Amino acid sequence: MDNQFFFDIGWIVLPLLLGFVFGQWNEKRHFASILRREEELRTMMAFSSRHIPKGIEASDPHLVIGSAVISVDYFKSFLAALRGIFGGAMSSYETLLERSRREAILRMKQKARELGADVVFNVRLETCPVFASGGNNTTRSIEVMAYGTAIKAPTFRG
Amino acid sequence: MFVSNVEIIPGKHIAKHLGLVHGSTVQAKHIGSDFMASIKNIFGGELKGYTELLETSRTEAMERMLKEATALGANAVVNVRFSTSSIAAGAAEILVYGSAVVLEDGAGG
Repeated sequence: MDNQFFFDIGWIVLPLLLGFVFGQWNEKRHFASILRREEELRTMMAFSSRHIPKGIEASDPHLVIGSAVISVDYFKSFLAALRGIFGGAMSSYETLLERSRREAILRMKQKARELGADVVFNVRLETCPVFASGGNNTTRSIEVMAYGTAIKAPTFRG
Repeated sequence: MFVSNVEIIPGKHIAKHLGLVHGSTVQAKHIGSDFMASIKNIFGGELKGYTELLETSRTEAMERMLKEATALGANAVVNVRFSTSSIAAGAAEILVYGSAVVLEDGAGG
């Protein structure tokens, strides 16, 4: 075994290791932050129903948007590539999508709160992969946006 | 101008329908944020540069839609939908569309 061999192996293993350590740490921290903010925004409800129910007092509708672009780490994309061979649920991507989605919804709710609204109706979610230009190494990240109509409605005031 | 993604606004009714209005932008990312993105691809985490970029282009697309609606004489755009697609590596198209209407106070109609 010469040094060249270890050098070559190192270039493959190092990003995997970095991805594993920092990716896990990052995800854990993000989920903790999501849970904390979800608790804070518990009273701000969001509904996916298309119509604002008749008979409730509602005023001041505003379109609110929240979005997040989140990248997968190297270790996860490696796992996903393996999954691509054997098939099955890509749990490494599932958590990525879940936290992006929850983040987007949280940001939307935060905007609604800043506007002084009480509830968000007709929430829609949109997901789109984002790729970087140049090189053969495509960026694996996704954008999730959540949008809806925030209204002031005393009925839903928490 | 009033923008919403519900069809019926409480306390108001649609006096006139003016048809579909839309606005779109095709946005490319610049080298700097691409470089950051490739680093983030190893460590994972949010790409703040991209989030902001897409937000800006979404605002831009919305402004274009509103301009079209204003030209038609509308005072509101209802039933707004967003759509994003990666049309090529490094570029994304953002489309916003909705129905331009004239809203008047009072229920029914």
